[in-house]
Amino acid sequence: MARSLAGFLVLLLVVSICEAASLFQPVSDSHRSAALELFTPDHGSFKSLEETYEALRTFQIFGIEKKPDVTASACRSISETVGSSTSTSKDLFYALKANSIAECKIHETASKGIISSLNAAVSAASSLLDFYYSVGGLVLIKDQSSKDDIHLADAEGVFRSVKAFSQSDGRWRYSSSNPESSAFAAGIALETLAGIVSLASSELDQSLISTLKNDISKLFDSIEKYDDGTLYFDDKLVDGYEYQGPLSITSSVLRGLTAFAAVTTGNIDLPRDKILGLAKFFLGIGVPGDAKDFFYQIDALACLESNRVSIPLILSLSSAVLSLTKKDSLKVRVTTVLGSNAPPLTVKLVGAFSSVSKDASLVESQELKFDQGSGLHILNDLLKSIDVGSYTFVFEVVLQEPEDEKVYVMGSQTKVPIFVTGLVKIENSEIAVLDSDLGSVESQNKLDLTAKNDVSLSANHLQKMRLSFQLTTPRGRAFRPHQAFLKLRHESKVEHIFVVGNSGKQFEIVLNFLGLVEKFFYLSGKYDMELTVGDAAMENSLLVAIGYIELDLPEAPEKAPRPPPQPVDPYSRYGPQAEITHIFRAPEKRPPQELSLAFLGLTILPLLGFFIGLLRLGVNMKNFPTKPIPATFAVLFHVGIGAVLLLYVFFWLKLDLFQTLKVLGFLGVFLVFVGHRILSHLAAASAKLKSA
Amino acid sequence: MGRTSSKEDAGALFHSLRSAYAATPVNLKIIDLYVGFAIFTALIQVVYMAIVGSFPFNSFLSGVLSCFGTAVLAVCLRIQVNKENKEFKDLPPERAFADFVLCNLVLHLVIMNFLG
Repeated sequence: MARSLAGFLVLLLVVSICEAASLFQPVSDSHRSAALELFTPDHGSFKSLEETYEALRTFQIFGIEKKPDVTASACRSISETVGSSTSTSKDLFYALKANSIAECKIHETASKGIISSLNAAVSAASSLLDFYYSVGGLVLIKDQSSKDDIHLADAEGVFRSVKAFSQSDGRWRYSSSNPESSAFAAGIALETLAGIVSLASSELDQSLISTLKNDISKLFDSIEKYDDGTLYFDDKLVDGYEYQGPLSITSSVLRGLTAFAAVTTGNIDLPRDKILGLAKFFLGIGVPGDAKDFFYQIDALACLESNRVSIPLILSLSSAVLSLTKKDSLKVRVTTVLGSNAPPLTVKLVGAFSSVSKDASLVESQELKFDQGSGLHILNDLLKSIDVGSYTFVFEVVLQEPEDEKVYVMGSQTKVPIFVTGLVKIENSEIAVLDSDLGSVESQNKLDLTAKNDVSLSANHLQKMRLSFQLTTPRGRAFRPHQAFLKLRHESKVEHIFVVGNSGKQFEIVLNFLGLVEKFFYLSGKYDMELTVGDAAMENSLLVAIGYIELDLPEAPEKAPRPPPQPVDPYSRYGPQAEITHIFRAPEKRPPQELSLAFLGLTILPLLGFFIGLLRLGVNMKNFPTKPIPATFAVLFHVGIGAVLLLYVFFWLKLDLFQTLKVLGFLGVFLVFVGHRILSHLAAASAKLKSA
Repeated sequence: MGRTSSKEDAGALFHSLRSAYAATPVNLKIIDLYVGFAIFTALIQVVYMAIVGSFPFNSFLSGVLSCFGTAVLAVCLRIQVNKENKEFKDLPPERAFADFVLCNLVLHLVIMNFLG
């Protein structure tokens, strides 16, 4: 009977592990220093009152000292906004919010002016944001000034007007004209309604409050969740500009909820683990990098830290990795979200389950000892019974005072992933070359895998190589690491990797070279051997060189696959390229200059022969005209021809065609004219002779 | 009779040619001499090219073609000036000479351009 019950309980525990284990940390010092970095004022002042308020609030939550120049510039902009008559209710709202922290003095007349303008704004308000700013401003000025008689004229009427914006699913609209509803608006509405309740001069109708509580429950029904147990609110993405994002939406809802809880009596009926889920959401973000996101996170956590609904408590571990060699003890801390102390409680370790085989718990249910000085719950001697590996530890927190149960909320069970590391013993490692057929050992070497080895073996393709070793955990059990590889690398940088298999503690790999000849691309030569054994739980993971083996493989046949080309260093293309030697066309062989000159002379010879022949023929100049005019034309004609020939010589020597043609044009015209004159004269003379 | 006849015939042919040529007018003989000079110059250029190779081929061509061109033009002049040529009876020889000069000048412009 008891055994079946125990078994049933174990089954229940196992089923509950379906939810993922995760570790959440409360706000830490890194948050604080990030806050100082993110919220840096520009010459002591921030860009707007909204940002000033966000920075001041963040510093206030962290307990960071107010810097005088920041406060002074904040006071300046606050008094400017407050004193100006053109400030909108939004400006006044943020100025007063910043002032609630900066605590600057506001003048009597100025505060009177604010109150009257805000009251006017309340009466004239038509949208949710108008109500939010004006009511919020009135609440703030009531706290800050000494007056007690700041009340809303018609609190119930204002309440109903704001309530008119609500939807049936718990969300709120921004205005009557805009049909889009959002959870962000719901948060704003709740804050506004809380402000109205606090400003009301008399008790409001309780039915209004209870319908509002129903709305809150409906709103929380639409909460969304992630696998690790975090809960958040999100709106439909309709318009990119208006969309806020889950962080700011959830923060707004939380602010509204806690503000409302603070002003109402009685409880708000909410499932308490929803608050815990929201706390996990904000803590799971870590440290945001944006100032606005940072403010939303920290403001929401401050709301969670002290509120009337329920205060979440977070269980965290300083380190999720325990080392067997260092004999670490399990240290657990339970705090509020901002890291403050929790009320008296006891932490019990209910079970530890291996992630590999989810069997029964490896440890009994035991209580952790609370150390008053450090505020930690410690369990020593845990590791005596646990081996290396990854586990899920299940904790249960029980509050010691029964009244605290109403105030604080703690999850039923917290599952935390824990890693236990230790030294894994490697023993009996040896490498041997065997003869394939007989299995007899040809050569054998003992290895020491903790240091570099220099074994040199040689084998041919008919033999086998065997590598074996044993792995044992600190508790003496078999250990299966994530990585157990043997790598053979050829001289030409071609690599082959083999996985080392195991049976129990014994790890062994046998390389039969006869079957591997083709895989090795028939490359004979020296192969470096390297063994890798690694696991996250192993403190002494190793990557060790064993030595080398000289392999004698047969010649590659024609169709054998070539080894893959080794990767070329991609940056080598930016290095110097190969030299290119330009091969110019060899200049033609010219004849020796004497030969050319000789032939030049030889070419003149026929000209001389021509002149001699002319003389022998009895050439005379008898027909040359004697009269002056024809004589000059005759002379000019010859001069013209000579000039053209001279022009041709210059053309060959230095002129280009266009210049030559230009000059030739002039000379040609001249020559034609002159030639025509003299030749017609000669023709007339010979015609006269013929007729005569 | 038959064996020496070819030799004698050749000699007789040669003599008759020589005497007939002596009868041509002087201006035609001048033109013939000019043509011979041009051809001879061309031959010398070809012999030079045969010895040293035709490397600047354009120069060789322009030199040889100028000689042949001017020889051709001189032959045209001779045809037109020859009084026994009935075809060109009405063409005055000065006109033919003017054509010869003009064509030669154009030929030599082209030759000079091609000479390089």
